[in-house]
Amino acid sequence: MAAEKAEMDKLKKECDALRTQIEAARKAVNDGSMSASAGGVAGLGRIQLKLRKNLKGHLAKIYAMHWSADSRQMVSASQDGKLLIWDTFTGNKLVAVPLKSAWVMSVAFAPSGNLVASGGLDNICTVYNIKAASPKTLRELDAHTGYLSCCRFLSDTEILTASGDTTCCLWDLETGKQKTVFTNHIGDCMSLALSPDMNTFISGACDSLAKLWDLREGACKQTFSGHTSDINAIAFFQNGHAIITGSDDCSCKMYDLRSDQEVITYQDPSLNAGVTSVALSNSGRLIFAGYDDFNCHIWDSLKGEKIGVLSGHDNRVSCTGVPNDGMGVCTGSWDSFLKLWN
Amino acid sequence: MAEAQRRREGEEWEEQGGAEETEAPKEEAPKEAPKEAPKEAPKEELKEAQKEAQKEAQKEAPKEEAQKEAPKEELKEAPKEELKEAPKEEAQKEAQKEAQKEAPKEELKEELKEAPKEELKEAPKEELKEAQTEAPQTPTRPLLATRSTSSADPDDDSPNMIVYRKIEDIVTRIQDETEGVPIRTVKSFMTKIPSVVTGEECEGTDIVQWLMKNLSMDDPAEAMHIGSLIAAQGYFFPISDHVLCLKDDGTFYRFQAPYFWPSNCWEPENTDYAIYLCKRTMQNKTRLELADYEAENLARLQRAFARKWEFIYMQAEAQVKIDRKKDKTERKILDSQERAFWDVHRPVPGCVNTTEMDIRKCRRMKNPHRVKKSVYGLAEEGTQSHSPVHTPSHHSRKGTREDVEKEILFLNTQLDRHCMKMSKVAESLISYTEQYMEYDPFMTSPEPSNPWTSDDPTFWDLEASKEPSQQRVKKWAFSLEEALKDPAGHELFLKFLESEFSSENLRFWLAVQDLKRVPQQEVAQRAQDIWAEFLAEGAPSSINLDSHSYERASHNLKDPGRYCYEDAQDHIYKLMKSDSYTRFLRSNVYQDLLMARKKPETEQGRRTSLEKFTRSVGKSLTGKRLTGLMQSS
Repeated sequence: MAAEKAEMDKLKKECDALRTQIEAARKAVNDGSMSASAGGVAGLGRIQLKLRKNLKGHLAKIYAMHWSADSRQMVSASQDGKLLIWDTFTGNKLVAVPLKSAWVMSVAFAPSGNLVASGGLDNICTVYNIKAASPKTLRELDAHTGYLSCCRFLSDTEILTASGDTTCCLWDLETGKQKTVFTNHIGDCMSLALSPDMNTFISGACDSLAKLWDLREGACKQTFSGHTSDINAIAFFQNGHAIITGSDDCSCKMYDLRSDQEVITYQDPSLNAGVTSVALSNSGRLIFAGYDDFNCHIWDSLKGEKIGVLSGHDNRVSCTGVPNDGMGVCTGSWDSFLKLWN
Repeated sequence: MAEAQRRREGEEWEEQGGAEETEAPKEEAPKEAPKEAPKEAPKEELKEAQKEAQKEAQKEAPKEEAQKEAPKEELKEAPKEELKEAPKEEAQKEAQKEAQKEAPKEELKEELKEAPKEELKEAPKEELKEAQTEAPQTPTRPLLATRSTSSADPDDDSPNMIVYRKIEDIVTRIQDETEGVPIRTVKSFMTKIPSVVTGEECEGTDIVQWLMKNLSMDDPAEAMHIGSLIAAQGYFFPISDHVLCLKDDGTFYRFQAPYFWPSNCWEPENTDYAIYLCKRTMQNKTRLELADYEAENLARLQRAFARKWEFIYMQAEAQVKIDRKKDKTERKILDSQERAFWDVHRPVPGCVNTTEMDIRKCRRMKNPHRVKKSVYGLAEEGTQSHSPVHTPSHHSRKGTREDVEKEILFLNTQLDRHCMKMSKVAESLISYTEQYMEYDPFMTSPEPSNPWTSDDPTFWDLEASKEPSQQRVKKWAFSLEEALKDPAGHELFLKFLESEFSSENLRFWLAVQDLKRVPQQEVAQRAQDIWAEFLAEGAPSSINLDSHSYERASHNLKDPGRYCYEDAQDHIYKLMKSDSYTRFLRSNVYQDLLMARKKPETEQGRRTSLEKFTRSVGKSLTGKRLTGLMQSS
């Protein structure tokens, strides 16, 4: 017994030693802050965006939205028990999908545009075919033991989900079965994002960590710490080498995958509300972050400065998204409206 | 809908476990757990009680859904003596804690899935929590400490608390005798509106003026905005309106008692609300008449708590009795403060409910021990007690030897990982954003126009047409990835390679990409086809693989999956990048297309070439010009 304990202690010491070494190694490469390096970059001044569309239709809090790959259609989910698919340009509602469970937390559009998925407190990710005459449930992916916080399609045949049961999961839509379960987080997974090359994905969780996973190996490759509270939102920087996180600790952070550490923190003493969602403009220069204070704030990703705000919602901004063509940004709110700005 | 509503609220009430259960299934308590020691609520008893409750519930509930409506706990008859408004004795709280610990977990898990049914527009918060109460893991229900009656904990730095502290500071200063607003007793139409120690009131304009002066604001609109935000949280309220906002006029406002401040983390249950509305109907006062929405709420609650209404009624009566004992003027003030409290937690339809929480977070509250339970000192704890703690079970995964060894492995990998220097990272990020500036509609106006700005979808029509724009073609030169990402890009690339009779690499790469997307049942066949076409001996489109990748591929093929050609694909990608891609960029097909748009829009063409030039020479020039572009858009 004592021998076992001694061994465990030795192993734990080894862990600690490794951590210290890693810390030192990270410090060694930290030869200058991002914002300092960006000193030479031309400033953007104050960004003022105009409200272009106000989409009305939902009757209760909007919890999630996702752009279609065509940059024109968009799906939104509300706790009124409906998914609405919009033609954002005309403002028309194209399809309404009634949900079995109204407690929806996440929604996703397949790249093909044929399918949408949603899930929430029912722990199930339901996939719908929206090209049918009337929306048809294609699959009910039921294996998570916690709420479904986020889902993203890889294609019409595979989907990734993140859950409050601390795991992420890759499903095969043909069989409706789990293909890979990604376990490593020790807190509810709140959000996930696919890499541009679709070989890896990142997840943010309530354990305040962001993790990079390899889809092929099914393992966690890197972990990023620094936040002091739940990470609610996560996104890839377009180059695929950096990630942006948004947290309840009222800050956003950028981490670089190649330097394996935090690059810059986006925070402001006047901002005392948690971040609910993040999205980037196509060059990655602008970060749109939705907050609990009913606003969406705009950050200069390189300089770390707050350079704009989108005000207009009457309740917290719960979701933010920029379409593939980057023409604007959409914010969804608990006030039941979706707003488009550019 | 009403049926489901009622059922669900009935469930919810059940789950709260009606305390003074006069109709408690007494006969189901074979093992006489002594009433004075409710701590030892035996498991069997709970289960029995639940079964009974289930039976009862099923009598009501129609068949549709199989519901397991076992209440989470069933408390023993708590002594019925005086109900105080203030929190009750420790013993009872302890008892409830213990009782909840015993509640069987499996049923709860089931319930979780069943519980959240159809949505109501005004789902009060606890219904949300009902739906998501249990942590599926092995919970050791942590002890609940005492409630604090004081205001914000100075050490608590959760966002809400920071804001509450700021507000409370302001509100205290407003009420200050010397520095604050003038407080008065005003003779109104019928009665004197009292302002004694517990309730101070003043006019709206006074508050606005004070805010402007003391918070250095020039604009009264700003003062009204901040004032309304503070009012929405419930720190002061108009004495004759349910809508919590600040107006710059003679409307009278009163300040909320610290007891009701949001910083005390109130989470009042529907039972409390029911008692409140009920007692208001008992007191024959015009000022206490229910508003329409309140009457509707009351009716809804009556249906939901149909079986327990007698209990609620009794509680309400008891409250009325207590209230009567108080001084008349004091009573008026307390009534208004109580009403304001409920205006925060059960707002008028159309008002934002400032107490709403994200349902994903409901389960885990930062300060569970500080959550106020019942406003009227009801014994039953409802969901609060067993809900919300941050279950340490997640963290307490036993650090087995294996786990630690895994961790060491992980850390070693991390240590060995080559780390890029921060300066290089910064450089690469900066250059990326600059390169893509012109492709970012927020930075550079798209041509001919941004559809949302101009309401003209021409841009999209052009993109969808067969001819890619010059801008798009230019992007293909940024990286192989970009060329491959764009269908028009890899199509042209393929065309070029076919003209050189060297298209097998790209075709292989595309085939492997495709393999990752096909339905699972086709994977095996596809993998075989790829092998036959590109890798087998004498294959028609034989590709040049290094021995390692070749061996891996052939090995993987024994059990073909979507990723069996990963290594091969990576190798081919590198080959293309260093060889055929660069040739493609120099090729006539590409260059022609790149220059193709030059003819009608020579201006743009020139500008684009100039941009390319300046980018390679100096970044600052571009920056300046683009800033100019942005300001004009």
